[in-house]
Amino acid sequence: MNKNLYELLGLLVSICFILALKGLSAPKSARRGNLIGAAGATIATVLVFFAPLAKAGDKHHNTLLIIGAIAFGVIVGVPAARKIQMTQMPQLVALFNGVGGGAAALVATVEYLNLSAGSEKPSAAAVVATVFTVIIGCTSFSGSVITFMKLQELMTTRPVVFPGGRFVIAATLAGVLGTGGWTIAARGNTPLLVMGALSLLFGVLFVLPVGGADVPIVISLLNAFTGLTVAASGYVLQSTLLIVAGTLVGASGTILTRLMADAMGRSLFGTLFGAFTAKPQEAGVAGEARSVKSGSPDDVAILLNYAQRVVIVPGFGLAVAQAQHTVRELADLLASKGIDVAYGIHPVAGRMPGHMNVLLAEANVPYEQLVEMDEVNPTFPQTDVVLVVGANDVVNPAAKTTPGCPIYGMPILDVSQAGNVIFLKRSMRPGFAGIENELLYDPKTTLLFGDAKDSLTKVVSALKAL
Amino acid sequence: MTSMAILTIFALSIFVGFEVVSKVSTTLHTPLMSGANAIHGIILVGAITVADSATSTLETSLAIIAVILATINMVGGFVVTDRMLEMFKGKPKVKKVVEEGAKK
Repeated sequence: MNKNLYELLGLLVSICFILALKGLSAPKSARRGNLIGAAGATIATVLVFFAPLAKAGDKHHNTLLIIGAIAFGVIVGVPAARKIQMTQMPQLVALFNGVGGGAAALVATVEYLNLSAGSEKPSAAAVVATVFTVIIGCTSFSGSVITFMKLQELMTTRPVVFPGGRFVIAATLAGVLGTGGWTIAARGNTPLLVMGALSLLFGVLFVLPVGGADVPIVISLLNAFTGLTVAASGYVLQSTLLIVAGTLVGASGTILTRLMADAMGRSLFGTLFGAFTAKPQEAGVAGEARSVKSGSPDDVAILLNYAQRVVIVPGFGLAVAQAQHTVRELADLLASKGIDVAYGIHPVAGRMPGHMNVLLAEANVPYEQLVEMDEVNPTFPQTDVVLVVGANDVVNPAAKTTPGCPIYGMPILDVSQAGNVIFLKRSMRPGFAGIENELLYDPKTTLLFGDAKDSLTKVVSALKAL
Repeated sequence: MTSMAILTIFALSIFVGFEVVSKVSTTLHTPLMSGANAIHGIILVGAITVADSATSTLETSLAIIAVILATINMVGGFVVTDRMLEMFKGKPKVKKVVEEGAKK
């Protein structure tokens, strides 16, 4: 293919990606934006098979093998993305991000082998860029695997800290940079391997101290990292498209990380290193002997029946129990009795910002009933009953009252202002962030233990019988 | 490409990246992250490029693994983003239809 035409089409793809990100920033154009991005990516993938050869006399290698590999990737990726339950979607995004980082690291490794084996001396900048890509790509890969394990609850969701942790991390980072320098100077396979291994270790150590509730911020940050590695690969491979696309993701990902941290009232620094400075928690053990008021589905139905205004606060527990449809049935029933019903949506309810909106949208809950935190908070004093379904951290007053706890400073839904609070919970187990909730012991709180869906079904039938 | 041209592209792309996502509601944070995630799957182009010129077995195997991983990233990323957004978009339409039905 003609070189100018090839580059012109590459420019077209870059524009597609800009339009994609732009589209994704507004609800109306979001889906179209994503499709434009997908179209751009498809064009780019087909295009690269017709790339002009660097030197006359070169030929394309491995074409069939490459096509086979792409087909295999599609066979793995598409069903995973289609079949995943919406509750597990954050960890899938983390995993996709990780494999992207891994791919970038491998590309850079091959390029490094090429540069070292080539007859002409490679430019120092190209070697530095490959080394950078391997380091960040490996970090992003192993870090994403750990975030996946945390979200999938394959390991503890609490911050993992061990004595001298920060020194180990600092030493590992120094090791990564040191071997990086060695790799640049010595141009051998051994330094590259050592550096890759240390970078993988660094990714693990970097994510371990992050608490479960902060994991989304880290995914977003690693996402931005992967973007930058793609840009660096673009520099080595002399591809404008990769530079533009990678930089776009790096820049927008950085901004998005900050926006997310702001929405959760967290500083990025606190998210990453908070576990090292926080005081140890003694809550969680202290509460065991204290009494709570638990009620029957009938008690709950009566409370709801005589309310004028009810706010439902959905959390991840609702999603896990697949209770979206039952909660909607209850809301419809209450509305038919002339009770004012709204859903109070915390920005980070679920596992990621906006996650709960996705889940409730799946259950066809009317969009107008979903009220965001800033709008719903002033209405709590006029609310008779708040029904907290499988949420905990987002209504935990400790975020306001206990400095040093992992969620301190996070804006919460002020449900304690309401007349009555009903918690639907499976057990007294603390929420994802692993912090005891004082509100559970409040005299105006009633607890209804059990699976969210079962409990709601019982409440609905009790309410119908009234 | 000269280093200066590359630096120019890089710097301008940073500003475009900042600009396009500076005003986005929390509702869209998750889909936007997922969409951006799919876009960096474009490393597939890099993976194909190195696989295309690889001659030794080691290089070819590494490059082919990279192609597989990058494809998963890109294709899976766009599909899962579309699934999320489908739920946002489908709703108001369904509601309208129901309302119109009720009027009749």
